[in-house]
Amino acid sequence: MEIKEFLDQDQKKDLLRLLTAGSVDDGKSTLIGRLLFDSKKLYEDQLSALERDSIREGHAGEEIDYALLLDGLKAEREQGITIDVAYRYFSTAKRKFIIADTPGHEQYTRNMVTGASTANLAIILIDARKGVITQTKRHTFLVSLLGIKHVALAVNKMDLMEYSEEVYNKICDDYKEFITPLGIPDVRFFPMSALKGENVVDLSDKMPWYHGKSILEYLETIHITSDRNFEDFRFPVQYVVRPGNDYRAFAGKISSGIVKQGQEMMVLPSGLTSRIKEIVTYDGSPSQAFPPQSVSLTLENEIDVSRGDMLVHPKNLPSISRHFEAMLVWMDEKPMDLNTQFLIKHTTNNTKARIDSINHMVNINTLENFDARTFQLNEIGNVTLTTAKPLFFDAYKKNRQTGAFILIDPRTHHTVAVGMIIDKISARQTHRITEVELQKVAQGELLIHPAQKEKRFNQKAHTLWITGLHGSGKNELAYTLYRELFQQGATPILLDGKSVRAGLSRELDYSPSDRAEHLRRVAHMCRLLNDQGMLVICSFVSPDNAVREQIAQIIGPDKFHLIYLEATINFCKSNDQYEIYEKADRGEIQHIPGIDMQYDIPQNTQLTLNALEKSHQAETVFQYLEKNNIYPAS
Amino acid sequence: MNIPSYHINNLRELEAESIHIIREVAAEFENPVMLYSIGKDSSVMVRLAEKAFFPGKVPFPLMHIDSKWKFREMTAFRDKYAKEMGWNLIVHYNKKAFEEGVGPYTHGSKVHTDVMKTQALLEGLNKYKFDAAFGGARRDEEKSRAKERIYSFRDKFHQWDPKNQRPELWDIYNAKVQKGESIRVFPISNWTELDIWQYIRLENIPIVPLYYAKMRPVVNVDGNFILVDDDRMPKEMAAKAEMRMIRFRTLGCYPLTGAIESEADTIEKIVEEMMTVTKSERTTRVIDFDQEASMEQKKREGYF
Repeated sequence: MEIKEFLDQDQKKDLLRLLTAGSVDDGKSTLIGRLLFDSKKLYEDQLSALERDSIREGHAGEEIDYALLLDGLKAEREQGITIDVAYRYFSTAKRKFIIADTPGHEQYTRNMVTGASTANLAIILIDARKGVITQTKRHTFLVSLLGIKHVALAVNKMDLMEYSEEVYNKICDDYKEFITPLGIPDVRFFPMSALKGENVVDLSDKMPWYHGKSILEYLETIHITSDRNFEDFRFPVQYVVRPGNDYRAFAGKISSGIVKQGQEMMVLPSGLTSRIKEIVTYDGSPSQAFPPQSVSLTLENEIDVSRGDMLVHPKNLPSISRHFEAMLVWMDEKPMDLNTQFLIKHTTNNTKARIDSINHMVNINTLENFDARTFQLNEIGNVTLTTAKPLFFDAYKKNRQTGAFILIDPRTHHTVAVGMIIDKISARQTHRITEVELQKVAQGELLIHPAQKEKRFNQKAHTLWITGLHGSGKNELAYTLYRELFQQGATPILLDGKSVRAGLSRELDYSPSDRAEHLRRVAHMCRLLNDQGMLVICSFVSPDNAVREQIAQIIGPDKFHLIYLEATINFCKSNDQYEIYEKADRGEIQHIPGIDMQYDIPQNTQLTLNALEKSHQAETVFQYLEKNNIYPAS
Repeated sequence: MNIPSYHINNLRELEAESIHIIREVAAEFENPVMLYSIGKDSSVMVRLAEKAFFPGKVPFPLMHIDSKWKFREMTAFRDKYAKEMGWNLIVHYNKKAFEEGVGPYTHGSKVHTDVMKTQALLEGLNKYKFDAAFGGARRDEEKSRAKERIYSFRDKFHQWDPKNQRPELWDIYNAKVQKGESIRVFPISNWTELDIWQYIRLENIPIVPLYYAKMRPVVNVDGNFILVDDDRMPKEMAAKAEMRMIRFRTLGCYPLTGAIESEADTIEKIVEEMMTVTKSERTTRVIDFDQEASMEQKKREGYF
């Protein structure tokens, strides 16, 4: 072949990124070494360097140790195992390949997840002598979690099982049974001996019963272009190019979908629309562009667009929300601290995120769910997150680009976790306050004994928590109690929604998860004030049973007194000072308990008061305080 | 289904990936710089940067760390293109060491490389307080680079700790650094040597003529052909010079970079030679033989 012809053909090849996973002794490195070697891309001096290394450190006796080709770092080589992801490159007449070589060792889920994140295809190795083992299952689960659509199960070391069809079939059957629920669309099986080169590049004559392709032929021919999402146009703006004048081009990489000149576009989050004026590239202005191209787009109208915004088709929008559910993989040595406000990077957006709840964890060996209060290194679980500003996303299953994110620790700046979005959280879904480890809610310094404070203030440092619908008269009752207590000589403190939301919780809205965060802050404030000897009166709708229980845990159940103002919704509407119900009826506001959100009627209250009997309410509370020696304390 | 028209070939896919990386860095760092070595990989990287911000200008400077022992043709090439293309080019060198006369012939390759390359680089990065520096390293060049991240984290002393690198998934890069820390960014990590040549051919990217074979005066030093580039070569050495048809596969300091005998005077011939002659490219750089895993050692010290 003439060199020009070779080059012209070579540049037309496409690129396949694959991942190899297997246990330490499955022969994974041998397979890769052979793919590289047999595709004649191993340079001579890399081979001679290898022979030198093998004598000193090799583990495979006299033969060339292909594994040493792949181990990069000296420290790792001394341990005899690869402990990170190594990328290798090779090319055949039909295609170019990037192999992410990841170790199968128990503790390195982190690396495998990393390698899988960019791969189109995974080769999972099985030792024919051992069959489907725990690690096989683990690797397969991770591959499905990261959304790889093609899996090749390579049943290796067939030479040690006398190339038995029976052995091979048994392994394939076991694997199929396990893999079905994972929903990986394309799974193929290969009987193989990497060491002897059987069915790696050429078909083996040792296994005439096998009628499929060799593994390399499969890699060369599998169709991957259609794996890309060409349906949903998503263009996260990376950078605004301003060469001068008023010209502005919005630079980015197309995450998914097709964009055409003249097409109508919507900018998120502003919702403003315009049309594509030009698709700009250094090499001219194509009439259309598609993933994964990096282009710049200009719009016909002057609209304010900046990094982090997303261009989409107005008739095909992603989810726009601050709340979503995701699978999270913990990547850091330090366990998760649920109180951290993480930094989140999603497409080209950076903002803050908190974990609202850990819904369940997955045991990657058995695929069973279990409960946990935190994440350790390499653990995987389902969480609910809230971000400080809305993100534009799709489910990871549908869109690998707009469904993925990383969490960064705000202090160490480590990438501590990676996540795959499952879905947005329905607004009605109940949220809980982030699980707190109770020992972490530490007591303040004990400078003055509580008994002394009680004596000085003549009151027990407890919290009276009034719950009820909007308009049930909570605030009126709270104000009356506050005034009366003060006049009688007590030292009360009043907290209500309006005052706390004005400052301390000003960035939070009325969604269930933000309500929970808001009340978490109030609960901790109550605890601090109680510690200082103060008697706290709280007036909050606090519609959620689970959240109220957690508030009691934070404050301390013995100091928490729940008072329920019972009222019908009609009464509340007639007593609606802020026109909240009118606005809700007109659809102007959302998340109103009793309207479009559940209000859990409290079961175990200390007091239940009737909203209609306004004149008796304060009196009943005072009787309760006296009876329980809360005020007066003596 | 009109999927075939949305097919992307390997070079365009790599190009899109690199442009994405370059734009991310420009958007997220306060003060990035592109390290320009004048080599073919640098030339490709610069073209990718020009593409990333077209029709705007590249929003960060290029910096060349001049060891003062580069081939003369490299320096001439650098100055010509910087001027023609309107690059904002910073040339930095270790002034103190240069005035003390540090060089490979007098101080040996290890000291020279450490002082005039590694130290000079760190000095340059500190002087301008760059928080991100692009480099043209590729993962297929050398074993320890196969595991390198695209965003490679460096501490306050510019040191690389293989055990303390951040997980890197999808194309989401963590750009958070504390004051004084930095990131080395390798936007062409996934390109192979063949990809580079293909791209230079396809895009008609100018490269230093030393890559092409020509009759040149060289001295055979332990099997490496060293070019007689200026009169700083010791006289007894230069006396052994002979004319040979040679070219360079990599470019660096002329006393430390061996040429190969070659007839390849076009890109096509270079690729043909590359595909048939089996010597991986870094073997012609003399310094790599100093010690095993030497590249890894240099990286820990702050060199790429």
